[in-house]
Amino acid sequence: MTLAEISSNLLYVAFVAYLIATFIFGGAVKGNKEGTFKSESRWGKVAITITLIGFAANLGYFFTRWGATGHAPLSNMFEFTTAFGMTLVGGFIILYFLYKTPVLGMIVLPVALLIIAFASMFPSEVSPLIPALQTNWLAIHVSTVVIAEGILAISAAAGLIYLLKVVDLTKKSKQRMGLEAIMYSLVLVLGFVIASSFFSLTGYEAEFTYVDKEAKDAAVTYTMPPIFGMNEYVALTDDAMTPLVEMPAIVHAGKLTTVTWSILFGTVLYWLIRLVFRKRIAAILKPFVKNVNIQLMDEIGYRAVIIGFPVFTLGALIFAMIWAQIAWSRFWGWDPKEVWALITWLFYAAYLHLRLGKGWQGEKSAWLAVLGFIIIMFNLVAVNLIIAGLHSYA
Amino acid sequence: MEKLQCQCGHVNPPGTKLCESCGRSLTEKEQNSKLVDMRYEGTARRSQTYNKSIIDKVWNFFSSVKVGVGIIVFLLVAAAIGTILPQKAFVPANTEATIKDYYADTYGVVGQIYHALGFHDLYSSFWFIILVGMLAISLIIASLDRFVPLYKSLKNQRVLRHPSFMGKQRIYAEGPGAEDTLKKAEEKLTELKYKVRTDKNGLLAEKGRFSRWGPYVNHIGLIIFLFGVMLRMMPGFYIDESLWIREGETRAIPEVPGYYLENKNFELENYSGEGGEEIFGEALDRVGTVAKNYQTDIVLYKKKEDALPGAVDGQEVVKEYPIRVNQPLKFDGYAIYQMDFRLDELKAMTFSFINKETEDSFGELTIDLIDPKKDYELDNGYSVKLIGYYPDFSGFENGEPQTATPLPNNPGFLVKLFTPETPEGETSFITIQNTVEPLGENDYKLAFQSVETRDVSGLTVRKDSTLPILGLGGLIFMIGVAQGMYFNHRRFWIQQKTDGTILLAGHTNKNWFGLKKDLNQVVEYASLPAYTDQQDEIDKQEKAEKEGEVLS
Ligand code: HEM
Repeated sequence: MTLAEISSNLLYVAFVAYLIATFIFGGAVKGNKEGTFKSESRWGKVAITITLIGFAANLGYFFTRWGATGHAPLSNMFEFTTAFGMTLVGGFIILYFLYKTPVLGMIVLPVALLIIAFASMFPSEVSPLIPALQTNWLAIHVSTVVIAEGILAISAAAGLIYLLKVVDLTKKSKQRMGLEAIMYSLVLVLGFVIASSFFSLTGYEAEFTYVDKEAKDAAVTYTMPPIFGMNEYVALTDDAMTPLVEMPAIVHAGKLTTVTWSILFGTVLYWLIRLVFRKRIAAILKPFVKNVNIQLMDEIGYRAVIIGFPVFTLGALIFAMIWAQIAWSRFWGWDPKEVWALITWLFYAAYLHLRLGKGWQGEKSAWLAVLGFIIIMFNLVAVNLIIAGLHSYA
Repeated sequence: MEKLQCQCGHVNPPGTKLCESCGRSLTEKEQNSKLVDMRYEGTARRSQTYNKSIIDKVWNFFSSVKVGVGIIVFLLVAAAIGTILPQKAFVPANTEATIKDYYADTYGVVGQIYHALGFHDLYSSFWFIILVGMLAISLIIASLDRFVPLYKSLKNQRVLRHPSFMGKQRIYAEGPGAEDTLKKAEEKLTELKYKVRTDKNGLLAEKGRFSRWGPYVNHIGLIIFLFGVMLRMMPGFYIDESLWIREGETRAIPEVPGYYLENKNFELENYSGEGGEEIFGEALDRVGTVAKNYQTDIVLYKKKEDALPGAVDGQEVVKEYPIRVNQPLKFDGYAIYQMDFRLDELKAMTFSFINKETEDSFGELTIDLIDPKKDYELDNGYSVKLIGYYPDFSGFENGEPQTATPLPNNPGFLVKLFTPETPEGETSFITIQNTVEPLGENDYKLAFQSVETRDVSGLTVRKDSTLPILGLGGLIFMIGVAQGMYFNHRRFWIQQKTDGTILLAGHTNKNWFGLKKDLNQVVEYASLPAYTDQQDEIDKQEKAEKEGEVLS
């Protein structure tokens, strides 16, 4: 086996370990019928051990890949997103050892699995580094950011558990809708994974030429059947499906097609789940949070932000500025990625200040924590893929 | 407003909520609440006390956390709006008119509106800068409003507090104790690294008070940072110049008196995917060429102190250095960065002087495209006079040739050719593609032979004297957040009444979980009465009431 192969196998091991641990955490929580927490803590120990093994394998993946590629594996969408999945588990481990709460694992690990699966849909080949990335600051800056985001995201997981516990699912309300919308969007990510895997297994590919927004000729390869066509497209592949609609030049119809297929697959999957269980997804999870101490969840959520905020400041603002000063001659340039890091930072600053007053603890904080996670994911996914800037990975 | 005298005799400044000395509640609101508001120790804050003059009103506005959060949220939303479409610095246009057209052409109506609202240059807009200024003012006023009274209050803490103060703390216990309870509690708390003070029948144990200054330290850091950002608008603190320099050229560095830069060579290297780079093969196949290195090899010269202006030998070599991305040249507080380049700019063109009919050549001449000569003498009385030079020829206007830029992208020459046969000269206009003979058919022409090219390196010259200030601000901010977030302030008050009853109260600004962990150890060791978390009690009660409502 080459180092690169060892690396991808270790990632596989980590994935499987997290999957197993998810079920054991779930079992630990569900098995706690009388609320004695004895069996919960016993099974919790088993689950955290498996999580730790998975995390070790995950770190193994990271460092062997570092060795194989010669640079910190934080340089493209696959690597960065995988690292985020890893630090999410890392953040969970820190907070598990502070508070010993298996229910947190039951929520965090599936999300981490989803993120790693999502990452694997992007090309995982080794990218050569452009000159701006050839510096130790790549490792220093990006790893600090991704660790901070992993910790901050735990606050959203705690928030989600809090909401599952307190939101009344028997009555129609904005809260119930919001909670189910969160569940639905997680299923959509799964929809993307399934759609991508399906079309790549069937080997779908269609090439087109088109005219881009600067009125230049360009080419694009679709990996999913084209629902939307690029501006003034011409098909190069013979048996390709003819796009249903042609989009104007500012819309990247290829990416829009991917999003549409993901939504289609995800929505079908969502309704299948609802049909099988005859319940909202939030309601399926509700029994698992029966014995949750919501005060503790509130505290975990707050603590995660408190631990993560200074790390985020260091990585996403201070190290980022130092590097930008060295590479681009100015420490700040209002590049979209920089701006979204600033937005994330301001958001958590607002969260901390709101919590100074009593009225914002508990449920409102929980919603804010979830919103924070959405902002982080937006910066990770949307800004990279849609709003291209200097940091664009894809 | 008047000073407030507490039952214990202490005279408190107006606006105080909890007596500075014994902790009794002084206002009706505090007296009626189940738990005291400990955030600022019940001290008199200016913003809560005065609301008469305009100054009071402004002060109160900016010291409100609600207003502070409001400003933060406004900034956040504004920042997000600025990323919907690219900012003007990122669009391929550079005059007001072309920028406006770019937004309209590329993004249609949305682009027009975005541009009309000024969002294309949002971060330097007047209102955005005002918002940042308001943030700074709010930071300063809110911090002063709280820090001063909080500092005084924590500095002058008494050990003994009134039972009503203790009873309204979130962590509270009351019950019988043993004779040595206080002593053992002191022992255990000392072991847990608390600072313990005793007074008569009571003790005050305290840990991590310095963490209470964290927010103020980090706010100071932010203010220093914002001050640094403001300073760069002052002349002299900040230089940002671009310098295009051709291979072989030596140029004075703009805004850096006395220094010259020579570009010896510019190099652009792409990944080959071969040799040690096979690992990148797959990625290169997918995305095409990827740059590996941009580099300008330079020589930095400094004018000698005593050199005459313009003297050729009046320069000494300071440094030879390869400027690369991530490796700027640094000297004397300045830095020069590799930012851009143009490959293969035309340098010189060589022509042959020929007779159109016989194609006999009468010699060659080379025209330097940056610094062309006026006259070119060939042998045997043949010569060329350059009447007009248009480095970036863009067409004729009213019969006059025009140049779009001063860069030699598409050189055009208006020349007069002299031969012994045609002493008056023949006029001809030469561009790369063709030759025009505006004054009638000629016998001779200049035939294009060859061209020399060279690379041009785009460098940025930067001096930023505010960097140390910004760095200091950042450092102080980090110290402040770590101080306030990774540590917390924990306190226990314990008193033993004459009948042996123990009163215990505990408070922390954060991390109640950690406080309880400490307390559990003390309770066990010193057999203190069991404590309750009164917040839990209140929550439970509220919940029960709510459910009661539902049931009834
Ligand atoms: C981007 C700007 C700001 C940042 C990054 C920031 C950061 C912080 C942090 C990290 C804390 C500590 C919070 C905690 O320990 O839970 C804090 C506390 C505080 N901040 Fe800010 N802040 C900012 C702006 C403001 C503004 C504009 C105000 C104006 C009202 C303000 C007022 C306060 C107050 C009153 C506290 C609590 C102090 C205490 O508990 O003693 N902050 N700030």
